[in-house]
Amino acid sequence: MELIFEKSRPGRRAGRVPAYDLPVPELPPELRRGSPPRLPEVPENEIVRHFTALADRNFGIDTGFYPLGSCTMKHNPRVNERVVALPGFRDLHPLQEDEGAQGALELMWELQQILAEVAGLPAVTLQPAAGSQGELTGLMLMRAAFADRGEHERNVIITADTAHGTNPASVTMAGFELAKVATTDRGNLDLEDLRAKVDDRTAGLMLTNPSTLGLFDEGIEEVAEIFHERGALLYYDGANLNAVVGRSRPGDMGFDIVHYNLHKTFSQPHGGGGPGGGPVAVRAELEPFLPSPTLVRDGDVYRLDHERPKSIGRVRGFAGPFGVFVRSYAFMRAYGPALKEMSEVAVLNANYLLARLRDVYDLPFDRHCMHEFVLSARTLKREHGVTALDVAKRLMDHGIHPPTIYFPLVVAEALMIEPTETETKERLDEFVEAMRAIADEAATNPERLKDAPLTRPVRRLDEVKATKQPVVRYSFERAGAVDRVEAP
Amino acid sequence: MSTVGYLSLTDADREAMLEAIGIASLEELFEQIPSGVRFDRALDVPEALPESALVRRFEELAARNADTTRELSFLGMGIYDHYVPAIVDTFLSRGEFLTAYTPYQPEMSQGVLQAIFEYQTAICELTGMDVSNASGYDGMTVAADACFIAKAHTGRTKIVLAETLHPMARQVVKTYAPGFGMEVVEVSHDGGTIDPGRFAEASQDAAIALFQQPNAFGCLEAAPELAAAANAASALPVAHADLASLGLLEAPGEYGCAMAIGEGQSIGNYQSYGGPHYGFLAARKEFIRRMPGRIVGETTDIEGKRGFVLALQTREQHIRREKATSNMTTNQTLLALGGLMTLCWLGPEGLRELGESCLAVAGYAKERVGLPLAFDRPAFKEVAFRTPIPAREVVSRAREHGVHPGYPLGRDYPGLDDVLLVALTEKRTPADVDRLAEVLAEVTGA
Repeated sequence: MELIFEKSRPGRRAGRVPAYDLPVPELPPELRRGSPPRLPEVPENEIVRHFTALADRNFGIDTGFYPLGSCTMKHNPRVNERVVALPGFRDLHPLQEDEGAQGALELMWELQQILAEVAGLPAVTLQPAAGSQGELTGLMLMRAAFADRGEHERNVIITADTAHGTNPASVTMAGFELAKVATTDRGNLDLEDLRAKVDDRTAGLMLTNPSTLGLFDEGIEEVAEIFHERGALLYYDGANLNAVVGRSRPGDMGFDIVHYNLHKTFSQPHGGGGPGGGPVAVRAELEPFLPSPTLVRDGDVYRLDHERPKSIGRVRGFAGPFGVFVRSYAFMRAYGPALKEMSEVAVLNANYLLARLRDVYDLPFDRHCMHEFVLSARTLKREHGVTALDVAKRLMDHGIHPPTIYFPLVVAEALMIEPTETETKERLDEFVEAMRAIADEAATNPERLKDAPLTRPVRRLDEVKATKQPVVRYSFERAGAVDRVEAP
Repeated sequence: MSTVGYLSLTDADREAMLEAIGIASLEELFEQIPSGVRFDRALDVPEALPESALVRRFEELAARNADTTRELSFLGMGIYDHYVPAIVDTFLSRGEFLTAYTPYQPEMSQGVLQAIFEYQTAICELTGMDVSNASGYDGMTVAADACFIAKAHTGRTKIVLAETLHPMARQVVKTYAPGFGMEVVEVSHDGGTIDPGRFAEASQDAAIALFQQPNAFGCLEAAPELAAAANAASALPVAHADLASLGLLEAPGEYGCAMAIGEGQSIGNYQSYGGPHYGFLAARKEFIRRMPGRIVGETTDIEGKRGFVLALQTREQHIRREKATSNMTTNQTLLALGGLMTLCWLGPEGLRELGESCLAVAGYAKERVGLPLAFDRPAFKEVAFRTPIPAREVVSRAREHGVHPGYPLGRDYPGLDDVLLVALTEKRTPADVDRLAEVLAEVTGA
């Protein structure tokens, strides 16, 4: 389909801007724009049709089942969209005086209380914009805490070989060195390996629990002890928190710092890539280092506290992604203490799928799973030449979004499946039937799988070409052609 | 039956599922959690509310905020009350965009991928750059992103920040810099803007030199001279720009900047108490492989048909891990699409008119408000006035008259306790400015 730029015709327009009967001051000529930006010139009718057509070419949870592992693609309740659009939230300026923003601050305070209870850690910052920024914030908190103690030699962060890529990337951005710990055959951290690696230079551990294999680390108490004995800290990557809400708390597991993904566990819609929210909770001893400002309650009055001498500083503008807080708090208030049931059903749904698929796909770790599980297509690949990618692409023809594939890296031909708690049994059964049909098809007609998808607006796309010869913007100079940005 | 409507299993479903799993009760699934770390009591959180009661609770909270529909507001300082077109509400609530994940599977996600490609094109056009990412978190964090790129590109570690760069952007850079192994030098202002000579001096041996246009005081910097000063020292000049100004003001790429960054909120996002919004990050093509975040690229399918995918993923954390250009994964796509839709709705003429309306209303405010100007510099949509009493006091007194007169700059700049920064968007009419002038006259006795 055409780009909006290709639909542009000189002289057309949609919006009108108020013009007042006032003189327009002259700008200094050297600061004036030389030539106008080539934005599209289209009437509103065509804009509406364009974005309607684009919406039709996109798949969301609203369209169908979306078992994308590690992403927690649960239903996004519509009442959350209604309340976030209330003018008192939507049109509130972030630099409004605290006394003019008491409703917003109270909402944030109550959200913090619930987050603290869920994590079992008392002090919360809502500022980080996403999970990965929460990770970075957590690592900065570790650095600040050790500097405060005079332990400047602590410069190594240990991560699991099953970790999300954000963990090692955050370690680099925070200026730490990375060490990796192996996973045992049961999917737990290898305690022997860990004991050998933790020493006086260790700053801490970053761990997802349950892991990206969907397995709860059965040795978590020993893990915490190994780090705490050496004076190091434990960071909980909350990407998989949806498995354990009301069932187990990171603070009780021994973690000192936790981030939450409000766009996973607490239903902020993911918006095709974002926004998200990545609040961080810590033990009381780490509270002085939290980003500035923090939220303070004096009696019934709330205020933002900027006087924080030990703070790591600010990690984002203003008080954080407030609209995300409104939605997540609404989600929590719809559940109340039944948030526990949310996690229970998420775990039940995942185990049901696992039970019904384990005879047709390989199961590298044969245990009950938590909220997600990892299968492997390695037998399909060996016997029929059909890969996890082929399975994923063929699922599209069944009207189902593929699972996460080729992750975690420790499993060959990985298919990482997370159904979430909001699916009916009929939807889960449809997925099972589709996955079984694809496994059958791999034996009878593997070529058809290689051709998939057959029913989407485009066939299989060449991702390598897009990296080798990147074309990342429309070219006006060669209408219908494109600018090629050559690699340096 | 579940007590919460978002859960959808019946008792019969549960029984059938437990049987398929081969267990008698749900508890067996949780036995993998060691008994010492199980949570055995009910969560101590507020009770569940049915939807109608939930809405009432949120209406009560919202009613205790003085939003800009209730108070005549001249607050700006990075976030502005510009008009958001209705089509933005229409399309950002479409479930196909709203409830989709990051487009890892491009055949399922052509809509959002094409829209991001169009967004990248629009941002490149406005800024005069070759490449834009799919968005950063906000206008503050993209400043830190630019520093990380500059260190990798130049091998230098010094960051130069104009003091007239938004204070929060400077604070975020200072928070990130130690982890990057970088140090920060700030250049103070002279009469509201940065002196290019002093900027040149500071830029010696620097990786990057960041300034803002229009700056945090609303003044227009001699931006081409600042960029030239940084370039002369082989530091990368980076402009922090306001998209709403770029129909009138020169594109940073045209006056020698290596990158252009900024807060996108002015174009297509509500104020929302500070977020979520989108930060933009655009650069010259030599930086493409050092950019953080998602970048969408054009490609073809096996039949040769045009399509779009996440390009250059080999920069990213899920492939490169500790060697990635950033840890970023979630970004601000939906908000950036609000920006794209607004730019389509305005078109080039509309964006120019938007700028002219801001400029005209700001010009009117300069004339009409009976307070001296704090800085003798051209402005775009914010004007700094000297107040005879502390500006914070002016704010609290004016609010009693239902007018929020602006931002007291002393909150961030210790010497400027008597400076009030007044923001004028196209939504503020001459009559609104008259009202502001009246109230300011009354509360300052001027």
